[in-house]
Amino acid sequence: MTDTATTPRPSRHGDEPLLSVRDLSVTFRRQGEEPFTAVDGVSFDVRPGQTVGLVGESGCGKSVTSLAIMGLLPPRGNTVEGTASFEGTDLLRLPADEMRDRRGRDIAMIFQDPLSSLNPVVSVGLQVTEVLERHRGMSRKAAQPVARELLDRVGIPDPDRRLKDYPHQLSGGMRQRALIAMALACAPRLLIADEPTTALDVTIQAQILSLLKELVEDTGTALVMITHDLGVVAGLCDEVNVLYGGRIVERGTRHELFANPRHPYTNGLLASIPRLDGARGAPLTPIRGSVADNLPWDHACAFAPRCSQPVDVCTAQTPPLEESGVRALRCHNPVR
Amino acid sequence: MARFIIRRLLQMVGVVAVLSVLLFAWLRSLPGGTVSAILGERATPETRAALTEAFGLDQPIYVQYLKFVQRAATGDFGVSTGVLPGTDALQIFVDRLPATIELSVAALGLAVLLAVPLGYLSARRSGSPLDSGLVILSLVGVAVPVFFLAFLLKYQFAVEWNWLPVSGRQDSLGCTRITNFFVLDGLMTREFDCSASALKHLVLPSLALATIPFAVIFRITRASVLEVLGEDYVRTAESKGLTARVVRARHVMRNALLPVVTTIGLQTGALLAGAVLTEKVFAWGGIGDALARAFEVRDYAVLQVLILAAAGIYVFINLLVDISYAIIDPRVRTR
Repeated sequence: MTDTATTPRPSRHGDEPLLSVRDLSVTFRRQGEEPFTAVDGVSFDVRPGQTVGLVGESGCGKSVTSLAIMGLLPPRGNTVEGTASFEGTDLLRLPADEMRDRRGRDIAMIFQDPLSSLNPVVSVGLQVTEVLERHRGMSRKAAQPVARELLDRVGIPDPDRRLKDYPHQLSGGMRQRALIAMALACAPRLLIADEPTTALDVTIQAQILSLLKELVEDTGTALVMITHDLGVVAGLCDEVNVLYGGRIVERGTRHELFANPRHPYTNGLLASIPRLDGARGAPLTPIRGSVADNLPWDHACAFAPRCSQPVDVCTAQTPPLEESGVRALRCHNPVR
Repeated sequence: MARFIIRRLLQMVGVVAVLSVLLFAWLRSLPGGTVSAILGERATPETRAALTEAFGLDQPIYVQYLKFVQRAATGDFGVSTGVLPGTDALQIFVDRLPATIELSVAALGLAVLLAVPLGYLSARRSGSPLDSGLVILSLVGVAVPVFFLAFLLKYQFAVEWNWLPVSGRQDSLGCTRITNFFVLDGLMTREFDCSASALKHLVLPSLALATIPFAVIFRITRASVLEVLGEDYVRTAESKGLTARVVRARHVMRNALLPVVTTIGLQTGALLAGAVLTEKVFAWGGIGDALARAFEVRDYAVLQVLILAAAGIYVFINLLVDISYAIIDPRVRTR
């Protein structure tokens, strides 16, 4: 149905992929509504220790991709196709209980809003130790010092007191640190971070990002970073996938993508970032239109109505994903 | 916490005090009256006047009220004039309280034990035939009047099929009384046939009394679980790979039960109201039964004690609810 990359791409890490997503599609079906394909044939690799970004605006399918890999989509009303093989095991075909064994142990996830992501009536300590109890077979008592160590490692001051605290007693930044501590408790090989800094204020964002970077480098955990913020990508990711309308439209190493964006959408995203060194009062450069203008992918380029340089073929033919090495591009009329 | 409890207990005293004034005025403005109830319509004006004076009902209401308060302060709530003439009104309450508590606890226990798990199940499988069935059942539960259901149950199970006793709390087996909780007494004295008989008598009345609390608690549980299942922290719990049991108990139910606990407290009010009807139908011999009788004969002393006590119990249970709330929800504790 879609063009896929089956040839392994070279990476500076060189190893076999830790996670290899192939042709992932997620379709939501609601009674009385047209089926909606949120993710449409997405393929990408994550190698051990690598940080890979999934970038795009709201509704591009980046969160759904991560939830599908984690097996956390609602049990009814959706179809997941394709494969997501983690060290050779297809996570999408794994029985629910085996997937449960892996979540939190092999693959962990941190979410966008740290307050709503923490259980308000359970102490922070128990929310950390319960992961250790579950996956490491520790008693609650034995897990206590480990949890303390974890809070300390993610930079929470006075961890002994914080273990007894409840989420509402922590600041926003500390809550996200606590969530990171929970995710890293069992030293997972893959961490998926879904917009981990979006709900935080700017100074805290920077702290959390540098913490994530440091932890990932120390532990060798591979990281999938889901974000709409190219600033996050610039600081963190080795490789970036740009998603639009449920499909990957461009991929490249961070350096290539920033220096030489080929897809008009990527280009637009980069151009829309306000610059400190630009002229004062210079207008921002937005991408016109909204996701609502999208064309269906099956006989056009979904981005065509919003594109800065569309040509006739854009509304007549689906652009294929052309790949060479790490680089990939889905565009009839690329920039430059 | 201690300050909170003391403040709430003082509030409780205030509620009962205000209620006592309203109740006093209201009872005495009812048509009929104690004297007519005792003497009937054919009594001579002389005998009526004599009895009115004997009860002190000829005095202005505020004088009657002050005397009532004065005596109540020493634990004297007056003497029954109609339910059990000559008996201390407070004694009637104390004697009948265990019967009502036994029935209410059985009914509320039944309601909670059925409604909470079914509410959870219904929410987990929302939209399924099971869910739709239970929602309809709960609607019927709220809609059917308690006394009607009580008669229906009694007719079918006791009269037609003869499976369960028609009325009363126990067969006459010469059981030893200790606490007047018949089930408990049987267990304490090892007269297990007494407990069994008391349990059999409990089935139909508690079923009748449980329907409304069941329906309300079921609906609140279902709605509350549905809401919590969509919360981010449940997804976080799932992302940690916690067992289904831990996710359910620690992350879903602990949060979902907060509104349910409040509802259970409020339902004790409905329970007390329902007890009047249910006890009447099953000749239960509890407070509800006595209350109905006291109304018929305008037994002011008994009415006052029973209604004030019911109000006190209601406020007290809601105090317990608030305390348990503070135990479950840390956000309330630190406020």
